[in-house]
Amino acid sequence: MQYRRHGRREEIGVTLPSALWLTVFFMIPTLIVLSVIFRPADPFGGVGSGWTLDTLRSLNNPNYPAIIWRTLWISVTATATCLLVAIPMGYFMARCSERAKGLLLLLVVIPFWTNFLIRIFAWKVMLHPEGIVKTALLKLHLVQPDTLLMYNEFAVLLVIVYTYLPFAILPIYAATEKFDFSLFEAALDLGCSRIGAFLRVLLPGISRGLMTAALVVFIPALGSYVIPDIMGGPTSEMIGNKIAQRVFIDRNLPHAAALSGLLSLVVMAPMIVVMFSKKSEQSPVKGDRPQRATAEGGR
Amino acid sequence: MPGFLHFENITKRFGDVLALDRVSLDVERGEIFSLLGPSGCGKTTLLRVAAGFEHPDEGRVYLDGVDITDLPPNHRKVNTIFQNYALFPHLTVRENIAFGLRIKGVERKKVRSEVDRMLALVQMEDRADKKPNQISGGQKQRVAIARALINRPDVLLLDEPLAALDLKLRQRMLIELDSIHDEVGITFLFVTHDQGEAMSLSDRIAVMNQARVEQIGKPIQIYEAPESSFTAAFIGDTNFFDGTVCASEGNDYSRLHIAEFPDVLCYNDRPRQTGDWVHLSIRPEKFAISRTPPAPQPSINTVQGIVENIIYLGSLTRYWVRVEGYRISVSRQHSRHRQDETPITWNDPVWLSWHADDGFMLERYRSSDESLLSLPPGQGVPIQSPEGA
Repeated sequence: MQYRRHGRREEIGVTLPSALWLTVFFMIPTLIVLSVIFRPADPFGGVGSGWTLDTLRSLNNPNYPAIIWRTLWISVTATATCLLVAIPMGYFMARCSERAKGLLLLLVVIPFWTNFLIRIFAWKVMLHPEGIVKTALLKLHLVQPDTLLMYNEFAVLLVIVYTYLPFAILPIYAATEKFDFSLFEAALDLGCSRIGAFLRVLLPGISRGLMTAALVVFIPALGSYVIPDIMGGPTSEMIGNKIAQRVFIDRNLPHAAALSGLLSLVVMAPMIVVMFSKKSEQSPVKGDRPQRATAEGGR
Repeated sequence: MPGFLHFENITKRFGDVLALDRVSLDVERGEIFSLLGPSGCGKTTLLRVAAGFEHPDEGRVYLDGVDITDLPPNHRKVNTIFQNYALFPHLTVRENIAFGLRIKGVERKKVRSEVDRMLALVQMEDRADKKPNQISGGQKQRVAIARALINRPDVLLLDEPLAALDLKLRQRMLIELDSIHDEVGITFLFVTHDQGEAMSLSDRIAVMNQARVEQIGKPIQIYEAPESSFTAAFIGDTNFFDGTVCASEGNDYSRLHIAEFPDVLCYNDRPRQTGDWVHLSIRPEKFAISRTPPAPQPSINTVQGIVENIIYLGSLTRYWVRVEGYRISVSRQHSRHRQDETPITWNDPVWLSWHADDGFMLERYRSSDESLLSLPPGQGVPIQSPEGA
C-alpha cells in the first residue's frame, strides 16, 4: 500500500507540468474563445461588454450549410483517399527488408524538410495553366485547353491528401510492423483466400493504426485554411477560410469564435468516439499484449 | 505403397541454408507421427511444407494419394496449430472456433451447433464469449485445437504446441491431446524438440538432424536401438566408446577392443568382421553399480572404476565413474532396501556391470554428437579419440 501511494504521488508529479501547460495555453484560451461567442462585437474589431446571443443567431447564415458540407466532404474524401493509399504503402513497408524499411521511412519523411508553404506553392506552379502538369496532360490529350486544374475543390483535395499522407502512412506502418503475421497464416490455414485474410484478420489487427491515421488526417483537414486559401477559388471555400475572413476582413471576433466553436465540436465528436471505444477495449487485459502508444491528434 | 501423408524427396533451401535435404516420410492414416529434433533441424520447415506455407524446391507432397504440392494453404485439407496459437485477438473464443466454417459459408445454425460441440470437446463452454487475451495459455491451446478440428482436417499439424506452457500444464495437455486424438481419430503430425513429448504421445517418431531424417521408428525402437550417434545422444543419454572388433564370440556376439578400457562383449545387430571400427553406446541406466564385484556370468561385462561425482535427482541418482581413460555416466533408481546399505560416495571404488545385449554398435557416427551428451566438460572427456576415427 505504501508503495502504491508513493507511486501515485510520483505519477502526479510527472503529469503536473504538462497538465499545467495544457491548462494555461490550451484550456484557458479555448474557454476565452468560447466565452467571446456570447459577447457583442465591437465596431472597431474588438469585443464589447455585456452578454448576447445574437452571434449564435447569426450562425443561421444561408451560406454556411454549403460551406460546412463542403468542408466535411473534402475532409472525409481526403481521409479515405489517404487511407486507401497508406494501407498498401504501410503494409509494403512493414514487409520490406530492414534496409529497405529505413530507406522508405526516410522517403516518407523527406518532404517535411521543406517548408509547408513552399511545397504548396510548388503545387501551384505545377498545376498552373502553363505549369508542367497541365502542359503534359494537354500533349497527351487528356485535358481540354480550357480545363482548370486549380482554383477548385479537386486541387484543394489533392494538396490536402499530399500534405497529410505521410501522417497516415506512419501509424499504419507502425501497426502493420507489430502485426503478428502468423495470424495471417492461420487465416489462410483455416480456408481464407489472401484477400479474405487481409480483410478479416489484417485490417482488424491494425485497426488502432487505421483509427490514428484517420484522425491525424481528418482533424487537420477539417481545419484547413492555408491550402484552400492558396489552391482553392471562390467556390471551394472551407470553414477555416470563413473564420479567417471574419477575423481579418469583417473584424467580427464573436462570429469567428462561434464558427471555431462549431468546428471544435465537429473535431471532438470523432475523438470522443475513439476514446470510448478504447475504454471498452481496455477491460481486463491480462498483460500479454504490449500496450500500444497511440498518437492521437491533440493538435 | 505410399502413406496417407507422403513426402517424397523434399528439398528446401533458404538462401544458402539447406533446411530440408531430400526428406522422404510416410505418415499413416490415424497415427500420431512426431518430427523430433533440435532447433534448426528442419522439422518446422517440413510441417510448413505440409501446411502449404512453404513450397519445396524439389520433391512432392501427397495427401491420400493426391499431389498437393502446388495447392495453396486454403485449399488443403490440413489445419495447423501454431506455436503461439495465433488466435485472432479481435474475435471471441466462439468466433475464433467458428472462423473456418464461416469462411466456407456454412449456415449459421450448423456453425452454432458445431462450435458448441467443439467447445464441449475442449471443455471451454464457460469461456466462449471471452477474448483470447482474457484466457490462460492452456485455454488458448484448447481453443486453437478446437478451431483447427472443427474443419475436420485429414491431417492436424501441430507446431510445438506445448512449448509455451509450463511443465505441469504441458503434461496435462499432452494427455488431453492424446484423448482428443482417440476421440476424433485424425492423423496428427506433431513437431517438437522435446523427446519426452514425442516419446509419450507418438505412434512413430522421425528423428531429424541437420535437414535430414536420422531414423524413423516406434518410440521404443528409437530409444533402445538407435541407428546413429545423434539419435543415441539426443534421445535420452548415453556413453560412447570407440573400439575395434577383436574377436567373434559365436554368431551373436563380438569382443571389442577399446583403447584405455578393458575389452567388452557386445551383441551383433548385424554381422561384424574382426578389425571393424565400431562405436559402442551404452545408456546410463543399463549399468549396475555396486561396491562389491558381481558374480561372473558369461554375457555380463564387468569393469572397475572410481566414483568422481554424484548428483542426486530425486527419482534417481547419477554417478560419474572414472574407468581408466573414460568417464562413464551411470544412473540408478532408488529402492527402500538399498537405503540400508552403506551409500556409495565420492572416490569409492565401484564395480560397473552390464549385459552384452544392452550395448549397441552404431552405424552412423559423428563426433560432434558428443556435444549432446550431458557429461560435464573438463578433464573427463568421455572419448579419447583414436587416430583416424
